[in-house]
Amino acid sequence: MGVEGIGARVVRKEDKRFITGKGRYVDDIKLQGMTHAHFIRSPHAHAKVKGIDSSAALKMPGVVAVLTGQEIVDDKVGNLICGWAITSKDGSPMKMGAWPAMAPETVRFVGQAVAVVIAETKNLARDAAEAVVVNYEELPAVADVHAAIKSGAPQLHPEAPGNQVYDWVIGDEGATDAAFAKAANVVKLDVTNNRLAPNAMEPRAAIADYDSAEEHFTLYTTSQNPHVARLVLSAFYNIAPEHKLRVIAPDVGGGFGSKIFIYPEEMVALWASKKVGRPVKWTGDRTEAFLTDAHGRDHVTHAEMAFDANNKITGLKVKTYANFGAYMSLFSSSVPTYLYATLLSGQYNIPAIHAEVVGVYTNTTPVDAYRGAGRPEASYLIERLMETAARQLKVDPAALRRTNFITQFPHQTPVIMAYDTGDFNASLDAAMKAIDYAGFAGRKAKAKADGKLRGIGMSCYIEACGIAPSKAVGSLGAGVGLWESAEVRVNPVGTIEVLTGSHSHGQGHETTFCQLVAERLGVPISQVSIVHGDTDKVQFGMGTYGSRSAAVGLTAILKAMEKMESKAKKIAAHALEASEGDIVIENGEFKVAGTDKAIAFPMVALAAYTAHNLPDGMEPGLKESAFYDPTNFTFPAGTYICELEVDPGTGKTSFVNFVAADDFGRLINPMIVEGQVHGGLVQGIGQALLEHAIYDASGQPVTASFMDYAMPRADDVPSFNLSHTTTLCPGNPLGIKGCGEAGAIGASAAVINAITDAIGKNNLEMPATPDRVWRTIHAA
Amino acid sequence: MYQTVYRRASSVDEAVALFSKSSEAKFLAGGQTLLPVMKQRLASPSDVIDLGKIKELQGVELSGDVLTIKAGTTYFDIMQNADVKKAIPAIAYLTSVLGDPAVRYRGTIGGSIANNDPAADFPAALLALGATVKTNKRSITADDFFQGLFTTALEDGELITAVSFPVPAKAGYEKMRHPASRFALTGVFVAQTKSGEVRVAATGASQSGVMRVPAIETALKANWSPSAIDSVSISASNLLADIHGTAEYRANLIKVMAQRAVAAAR
Repeated sequence: MGVEGIGARVVRKEDKRFITGKGRYVDDIKLQGMTHAHFIRSPHAHAKVKGIDSSAALKMPGVVAVLTGQEIVDDKVGNLICGWAITSKDGSPMKMGAWPAMAPETVRFVGQAVAVVIAETKNLARDAAEAVVVNYEELPAVADVHAAIKSGAPQLHPEAPGNQVYDWVIGDEGATDAAFAKAANVVKLDVTNNRLAPNAMEPRAAIADYDSAEEHFTLYTTSQNPHVARLVLSAFYNIAPEHKLRVIAPDVGGGFGSKIFIYPEEMVALWASKKVGRPVKWTGDRTEAFLTDAHGRDHVTHAEMAFDANNKITGLKVKTYANFGAYMSLFSSSVPTYLYATLLSGQYNIPAIHAEVVGVYTNTTPVDAYRGAGRPEASYLIERLMETAARQLKVDPAALRRTNFITQFPHQTPVIMAYDTGDFNASLDAAMKAIDYAGFAGRKAKAKADGKLRGIGMSCYIEACGIAPSKAVGSLGAGVGLWESAEVRVNPVGTIEVLTGSHSHGQGHETTFCQLVAERLGVPISQVSIVHGDTDKVQFGMGTYGSRSAAVGLTAILKAMEKMESKAKKIAAHALEASEGDIVIENGEFKVAGTDKAIAFPMVALAAYTAHNLPDGMEPGLKESAFYDPTNFTFPAGTYICELEVDPGTGKTSFVNFVAADDFGRLINPMIVEGQVHGGLVQGIGQALLEHAIYDASGQPVTASFMDYAMPRADDVPSFNLSHTTTLCPGNPLGIKGCGEAGAIGASAAVINAITDAIGKNNLEMPATPDRVWRTIHAA
Repeated sequence: MYQTVYRRASSVDEAVALFSKSSEAKFLAGGQTLLPVMKQRLASPSDVIDLGKIKELQGVELSGDVLTIKAGTTYFDIMQNADVKKAIPAIAYLTSVLGDPAVRYRGTIGGSIANNDPAADFPAALLALGATVKTNKRSITADDFFQGLFTTALEDGELITAVSFPVPAKAGYEKMRHPASRFALTGVFVAQTKSGEVRVAATGASQSGVMRVPAIETALKANWSPSAIDSVSISASNLLADIHGTAEYRANLIKVMAQRAVAAAR
């Protein structure tokens, strides 16, 4: 490893512009003649749109146009799609209700757009929006999954009787029933996985610019995957053919999944820019973000786990109701199915698993992938079950886990996933040591003397990351392949541009990806630029989510690097009059092994472009590209343990210690990995203690601002004690597993297991607010 | 935000005169409530009269047994002030747990009590300490000043200039922070005057805003100690209930916060 190579704690290159206010986000971009959009959104959770009167608004100053849902339907802009087909247990396809970009007839959640005002300024657009009169006929609404599936419940979509999207199953029901019939003990648990609002720091935004002479659109947008956005906008929403649509996702301030999806606002901005003949900009405010960014989680689950007399798990049964909100968002269908139920084996040998997932429409904001996407729900369920089992079976929670850990790899679970490698005992050992698990009883007794209830809780999580390979996801219903592309362009002076289909919106790719180049060539990272986020620059890419950018995106870069190096070695060998096989790359030089003959990399690059003296038949230039499709998912895993105190007078939780022992395979930049873990842990703790997107029974959101929706702050969380126990991923040449979601996947169960340990009562839902904890302590 | 006219006053008299000349003016102190409400288009004052540069509204004075805090003094300045720390450390502590640093740098005592948010911290301090609110027209006792949710005795255009606190024998404040807003989910200010009177005020708890808690006052009058409150029963009726705290929880918090405030009082 060089000072800037793999494993080095290199300071992030991109931070200079971020921390000096020089980042270039969509809202920073101003185009000549740009207009501003303001959406008119439904205040009702469910209503018929009986009429829209724009006459007064059109007379107001600066108003360019008022466009409605009927017009966008009339212009044949396509309905929003869901890109992952799920089949119900009866063989029927999932039931999709139509979702036009603006509602022409029926609104189904508070915040759904019915019309848009285009005006000279944002404020004028907002003024005029208040003068647009929308006549609604309110309909009964339903926000809760259980209420939505009852007979007589308000119906959202004629396509989905009973508000049911699908009733999907996985696993072997017969084998599972047989395991339960023979079980020595059965542990049962009901859990709710609370709905979360993603709350990226930068709200969503879009600028659409239509060039009538070229019949070409440019869209600047807050996207985690601009090429996917272009594909969907082109192939399904009829905006323009792909070569007539450029999508640019510049600096993007956080996504957490919420910026994977193509939203109505981008579609409307594109369509409107052609209609009004001028660029159209929309920047959401925080309330719009709460109302319209796809929410996360929202599962209600009953689970039962069977054990034999030796405390070995013999079976698992799960039934989950997943609340999808009012419409099926782009990848929503896959989240509670293939991203959730396939991880229900956790870190454990479970011979038989059967899971049933019922997807349900409600009059709430659509739900889709949010940091972890299905895997936090699975991990939370399994780790709460294991803790419950340890309490019920009266065994140490760590010992029960060890009894059931998978120790032989590869391991085929009963729910599709084949774990490639791992060492679950090692991460459990490391975490227990870090938190001094053995000394806990003494600390608990001391805390009791001080009037505090102290608890300890662990969570041994596993996740499937990379979100690949294409063939596998295709067989499960995905509408896209999940590979990644890269291109390495060496300039004539030896500086390097790496083009990637991954997208950085906080992950630090501009640093970590350079470190691979530095590692391979021995050049400083200042000689390398990472280019991403523009469909005109990067040919294609699948984007960033599912902790995939290092495992998949960086491996694609490696493949392109190898091709480039191979050609460069040929050029060097020719120049040095040596055999290609004898050329080695060291410290920025191409050397003849075992000699002092060498040529600096910039000279090789120059030779490639002057082309004065290349091997016979070789093309000039030094530029290579690669597409990489992995052979399996990756399986990051680890153990989180937290120790905390509960104040019995107020129910308030205070952290004493939080340790994380993760196995992410090879780390490129440990500092950036730690940052990813910190952020993920805070999101997991936020879910456990604070965050909850709440609707009242009529579908009105109760938490549409930071005055009501509790985001974790720095003083809500402890300093984290991180460590790594590494098994290299055999599925990719760099041995990388991914680290972006682990914290959010594993943390919440550790927190709830610790609080329930502290208060001596097992049943406690998230978020464990002080009020809820206090009532649980004092409940009869 | 709707269009408005920004005006900056350099004296109390000028501020009041500007107010009387406008159709629907609002005084702007620290802007911690007014500006967000304007941004959300929930308020549309014709004129905003900025009090931030009025020197006579700034500062703290300790004179004998009276601590006077001028209305435009920020929470941060109150928190740092040596006279406040010396005379009524509970007020310095209250400001240290009020909002977050950004709020403390901008928000003012005058703005807080004029708004009288039912979960604001300062109304509890004024009510428990038996403070007097000074305006450009008159003096109003805290008992008369706070009149329910977002309602005060202030007349249209009347401007708070200062708050005078009699220095107590002992005072303490404890609050359970609202996890999202950092207002008081429930906060209790306890004070024992130099003449031995006990006053206790709770904020964030009642549906009618800041309130005295007579049952706890009686208990503490008999025995100034946390344990004196053990047997007090607080009814949950007429208490606030929301997603962060049921009425029963707030009733519990009134007791627990009062006990901790007594323990912390000095």
